[in-house]
Amino acid sequence: MSEYTSKSEEKFQPVQTNKVGGSPYTGVLGWIDNRLPIIRMFRHEYLDFQVPKSLSYFWSFGGILTICLLLLILTGISLGMHYKPDAKYAFESVEKIMRDVNFGWLIRYAHMNLASFFFIAVYLHIFRGLYYGSYKEPRQLMWIIGIVIFFLMMATAFLGYTLPWGQMSYWGATVITNLFSAIPLFGESIVTWLWGDYSVGDAALNRFYVLHWLIAFLIVGVVVFHVIALHIVGSNNPSGIEPKDTRDTVTFAPYTTSKDLVGMLVFLLIFVAVMMYAPNYLGHPDNYIPANPMVTPAHIVPEWYFLPFYAILRSIPDKLMGVVAMVSSIAVLGLLPWLDFSKVRSSVFRPIWKQCVFLFVLNFFVLMYIGGAPAEGIYLLIGRIATAFWFAFFFILAPLVSLVEKPLPMPQSIHEFEDWKKQGKIKVFQFFGK
Amino acid sequence: MSDTKNKDKTTRRDFITTVTATVGAVGVGAAVMPIVSQMNPDSSVKALASIEVDISKVKEGQEITVLWRGKPVFIKRRSKEEIEKAQKVNLKDLKDPEEDKARVKNPEWLVVLGVCTHLGCVPIGGKGDYDGWFCPCHGSHYDTSGRIRLGPAPTNLEIPKYEFVGTDKIKIG
Ligand code: HEM
Ligand code: FES
Repeated sequence: MSEYTSKSEEKFQPVQTNKVGGSPYTGVLGWIDNRLPIIRMFRHEYLDFQVPKSLSYFWSFGGILTICLLLLILTGISLGMHYKPDAKYAFESVEKIMRDVNFGWLIRYAHMNLASFFFIAVYLHIFRGLYYGSYKEPRQLMWIIGIVIFFLMMATAFLGYTLPWGQMSYWGATVITNLFSAIPLFGESIVTWLWGDYSVGDAALNRFYVLHWLIAFLIVGVVVFHVIALHIVGSNNPSGIEPKDTRDTVTFAPYTTSKDLVGMLVFLLIFVAVMMYAPNYLGHPDNYIPANPMVTPAHIVPEWYFLPFYAILRSIPDKLMGVVAMVSSIAVLGLLPWLDFSKVRSSVFRPIWKQCVFLFVLNFFVLMYIGGAPAEGIYLLIGRIATAFWFAFFFILAPLVSLVEKPLPMPQSIHEFEDWKKQGKIKVFQFFGK
Repeated sequence: MSDTKNKDKTTRRDFITTVTATVGAVGVGAAVMPIVSQMNPDSSVKALASIEVDISKVKEGQEITVLWRGKPVFIKRRSKEEIEKAQKVNLKDLKDPEEDKARVKNPEWLVVLGVCTHLGCVPIGGKGDYDGWFCPCHGSHYDTSGRIRLGPAPTNLEIPKYEFVGTDKIKIG
């Protein structure tokens, strides 16, 4: 394309590099908005935005996740002001946070439990996507960005869990970093490089602390992409039908915002109840024993939210293949938009797929149970069957059901869908109310 | 700027692009190298390479664990039966075939890294189906020569570099 025309033959076109203006606001707001159009953008994307009117509380989890992330950062920064990333002092500094720092106990319990609730919310958020076909055209990229966020969340949570330097921290860190030793040829050198030593120790703890911060903020960045993409493709909804006119939509503020607020508050109330009455329920008591490189706890288990994937790792008897299976069990979600090629999005109209999704959820809990049980006998067998089902769901059930399933009759629009719902013609999954 | 319409001819702009891209690539390489390398073990870590252990008080059948480079090392004074058992094994039954002779300097003393070759947990002595070690993490069984017999671990327990110093000391590393 590098054809150059001389000045004399060039056709002139007007150029405007100064784009100041165009704001609907006046005064100071207008002056700023004319030069930095974020106020207009905010209004356009968060207030005037049209969303399908049939959204259920399942659509509140995106907002809930955002709140969790912000609170994690807030409590994390507070903890960081007292925590010491040194193998000698880490455990002690966390105990000091618990006993001496003003409200340290509250801030730490909040951070710990928020991490768990973050995962509860993300699993429900992913379930929503599976059930209502939110991964289908045109939302494939949003779905994939979501999986990237999920991987980053797992990394941050793993790194954070190593910081208190208890027995579970230490041995979890050892086992997980050793996963890289499965890589052929370079495995050992990669692990030494990750550790900065010949075992998990002070060097590792220090860098895990830095990376725990870094990746947390990377998540914020990727979430911004997730939301930008959302505002291009728009929200899916329980009917899976795209809105066509204003009978199908509501304005984001105040309708969706007020509904999301209810969702957030209920979620946060449950979170506060758990944090206050059972702050260690979701954790493991062994992590209150200082790290000891000479003894592995008799029964090491990861945090509850990693158990299903840990079960997949353990169900494969080969080291390398175990690691490959574990990583691909999550990555395979990214192929779902192409493995499931049914034109119908919502499971409300997909009688067979709906059953498959429920089986998938059941299987997820089976794997979670197996991941916490010892890797022997009957548990190993169940774990293998459940692992096989996990992959079969994607590679066999998804394409097969897309081919053979006959979808139920569908309404023409979202407002008709709402009428059908009122007439009891269709049943929709709801927490409470509408 | 340039008046040429001849695409085959190298222009000054092409030249500048090539030169800056090359210099840029070298610069990026030179900047990345130290950033990657700083993560490897530093000189002080590498300097802590060897330790001496007194073994005069270890009785037959007893095992001691010492820390070397942040990792446990098992020093086991094996009993007659344990040595016999380790030597009698048919190499065909092994996942990572190795003679017991090749794994010891003196059959009475077995010195191995106490790090499971699966994912790095510390196996427990005197446990498991082969009377050597058992790793509680994902169930690997090792025999009295520290060889993998059952479970997900791919290889035998590693032998660190060591030597006997006089009659009652071992130098590891
Ligand atoms: C993506 C969001 C985050 C997740 C999922 C997460 C997760 C965790 C987890 C699971 C722990 C271990 C808690 C325990 O057992 O004590 C932890 C500890 C910690 N996190 Fe985070 N974290 C996140 C963001 C942050 C941020 C943004 C910061 C600081 C800027 C931070 C700073 C810390 C500190 C200092 C600790 C160690 C203190 C302690 O163990 O209580 N975290 N994090
Ligand atoms: S670490 Fe020993 S069996 Fe996995």
